[in-house]
Amino acid sequence: MEILSNLALGFSVALNPFTLFLAVVGCFLGTIIGALPGLGPSNGVAILIPLAFTMGLDATSALVLLTSVYYGAMYGGRISSILLNIPGDEPALMTTLDGYPMARQGRAGDALVISGVASFVGAMLATIGLVIFAPMLARIAYKFGPAEYFALYLLAFATLGGVGSKNQAKAVIATCIGLGIAMIGLDNSTGMPRFTYGNLHMMDGIDFLVAIVGLFAITEVFFFIETHGKGSAIGVKLEKVTIPIKDLIFTSGAMLRGSGIGFIAGILPGAGASLGSFLAYMAEKSVAGKSGRFGQGDPRGIAAPEAGNNAAAGGALIPMLTLGVPGSGTTAVLLALLMTLNITPGPTLFKDNPEVVWGLIASLLIANVVLLIMNIPMVKIFVKVLMVPAWVLLPGVTMISFVGIYSLTGSYFDLVLMVAFGVMGYFLRKLDIPTVPVILGILLGNKMEDNLRNAMVVSNGDWTYLFSSGIAIGLWTAAILGFVAPIFLRRFLKRPPQPLDAEAD
Amino acid sequence: MRMTLLKALGTSALISLGATTAMATECIAPADAGGGWDFTCRQIGKLLYDLKLVPNPVQVTNMAGAGGGLAYANVVNERNTDADLIVAASSATTTRLAQNAYGGATADQVRWVGTIGGDPGVIVVAKDSPFQTLSDLVEAIKADPSKVTFAGGSAAGGFDHLKPLMIMKVAGFTDARSVKYIGLNGGAEAITQTIGGFTQAMTGDISEITGFIRSGDVRALAILTPERVAGFEDIPTAKEQGYDVVVVNWRGLYVPKGISDDAFNAWATKLQAVADSAEWKAVMEANGLAPFTLVGADFQGWIDGVVADTTVLSREIGVIQ
Repeated sequence: MEILSNLALGFSVALNPFTLFLAVVGCFLGTIIGALPGLGPSNGVAILIPLAFTMGLDATSALVLLTSVYYGAMYGGRISSILLNIPGDEPALMTTLDGYPMARQGRAGDALVISGVASFVGAMLATIGLVIFAPMLARIAYKFGPAEYFALYLLAFATLGGVGSKNQAKAVIATCIGLGIAMIGLDNSTGMPRFTYGNLHMMDGIDFLVAIVGLFAITEVFFFIETHGKGSAIGVKLEKVTIPIKDLIFTSGAMLRGSGIGFIAGILPGAGASLGSFLAYMAEKSVAGKSGRFGQGDPRGIAAPEAGNNAAAGGALIPMLTLGVPGSGTTAVLLALLMTLNITPGPTLFKDNPEVVWGLIASLLIANVVLLIMNIPMVKIFVKVLMVPAWVLLPGVTMISFVGIYSLTGSYFDLVLMVAFGVMGYFLRKLDIPTVPVILGILLGNKMEDNLRNAMVVSNGDWTYLFSSGIAIGLWTAAILGFVAPIFLRRFLKRPPQPLDAEAD
Repeated sequence: MRMTLLKALGTSALISLGATTAMATECIAPADAGGGWDFTCRQIGKLLYDLKLVPNPVQVTNMAGAGGGLAYANVVNERNTDADLIVAASSATTTRLAQNAYGGATADQVRWVGTIGGDPGVIVVAKDSPFQTLSDLVEAIKADPSKVTFAGGSAAGGFDHLKPLMIMKVAGFTDARSVKYIGLNGGAEAITQTIGGFTQAMTGDISEITGFIRSGDVRALAILTPERVAGFEDIPTAKEQGYDVVVVNWRGLYVPKGISDDAFNAWATKLQAVADSAEWKAVMEANGLAPFTLVGADFQGWIDGVVADTTVLSREIGVIQ
């Protein structure tokens, strides 16, 4: 029972008081961040990365803190979805469809409990899936050469563009911006600097953390200034919270199905939690058939997507840890963190840093239990936080961003760059161009390019090498389908009406 | 308002930095915390103080950027006479200087104090590879260079790329450009590609692949040290196989050019004392470093040779014109 002894190692790392403390703090902050409209898991993790560096945390502690935030945000997103009809983060979008109607019918408490339990089920099953499948996937990685990796990165960009946004063309533009930025710096394949204009600051390329904090946090501040921080009032009253056992039993099937779908969606690079919750909701709707009252407050309509998006969060960790390919925007940020800590996620991570991986898995299990406790009996605390005025919150975010990035790179140049990215993010969002593909482009662009060029070196310039294995062909097919299919599918699966503020997410 | 505050913060940080350097030795690690240069500064700095070679604890400053280029430019342009400053360096520093990757800076703009340990270069193949000895590999490349690709953890033209090229050169193979190499993000990725059979050999440092050698997934064909290394006695050196190539990723220090000869010699003596200490030997053992000590004028001469060789080789493969 290798898994059990590995888990024991993990718990021995995770159960030290400091790590446990970080997990609790991370869960708490994560839930708040998730609950606040506009701040999702990727912003939350991006904002807290500099903090982790400022505190001088080692790799395991930093990872525990940030994944707790990640899981916490996945839980927290549902709170504002249900109470405000504003998704706290993008994956919580589907939860608004039935959550808010339930709340208006005076069942806000029930909705919060059901979604909380669904989140727990999804996250728990996904973490168990991570334990079972991650080592298996790690072994598969020896089958991945330059051609396969190139196809894999292509798949990440294709599915992200196809599913993660409303408009393929805009996703392509965003991806190209990211890929272009990624070209700055030393070219791995020739050893020559590109687009540096002789500036030594640019030789290492653009630090993706600077880009992430700029595009998410700083952009958020610009939008806040523009809207004069329009209100955050709760429209629905929260009565006493009780446990609706009957509903929990009724929705258990939805939770299990949602978890399965979400987990698989999470594993697919670039698909992530939004896709997970979307597919889980759609699947549940078709399973229920005519008996469902979806869109009018059906409990299954919150159980399925919440289980789905939390399971996807766990699933997305698998490709990130074993292949070094993030399955979502948030895991992209986590990947950046790991690389900054000199840990290269990939096939050898489980071998080289077992204490990091299993410590992480153990702390995810702990975080889940902590989150269940926080999110059911203590849910009222988070509801209160939603009433903190944004003019208190956002300046704080700005301060953390500046201090954090400066402590990370020690360079004034990077601060200017961060603000520049903030301005860019503002215009991109005004143009409704998604920013996540930009980040992915910066993060993965070099790797994709290097793998393409490595494939050409290995094969002496024979382009058919790119399609020379079953894995490569499968990935190419999936990438093309993932990009093209949503264009046609969208006609059949008419997207749910988007709440006004979801655009700003 | 916020910008003013930030400027004030920055200024105060600079003032405090200036104040501390006047009193204590400062060691610049030209990279973020956690990497090899940071390790060099922290370990040597700690031993300098523990062995009472310096009066105050050594301050470590992380100055990341341009693969060490920012720190180099800073030392050359702004700290040229600071006798209390030492800077961590390694093979990567001289390789980049030789390839003009530091924006026009050259290796003679600082003084090279010494190296006190190194990570030996190594050439490995997968356990099921047909190549049993270094000669097998070399002859295969000579017969048809397009059949063999090396994977390494540095960019093209980087330190890992140069290792097989130096071996091929000694073997009388002059067409360096035809030797295929793919640069990956670190030794772990390079070894994975080699085990997976996508590349035929891997070039790296021994510390990167110790786990894979122990697990039997790979076979080391040659270690690039003058003699066999303790702990890896069954790996033959390239030299004993007839290829006189020594490539060690050394860890050492440079100091500003403008300090007096006395100050330079004092640093050389101190570094030698660190190298001779039992504490340093324990540090090396714990971190997979092999003894590789060259100090003072010897080191300066060796560096000149390395830079010249690297320049020639880089020109042959087209990394510099």
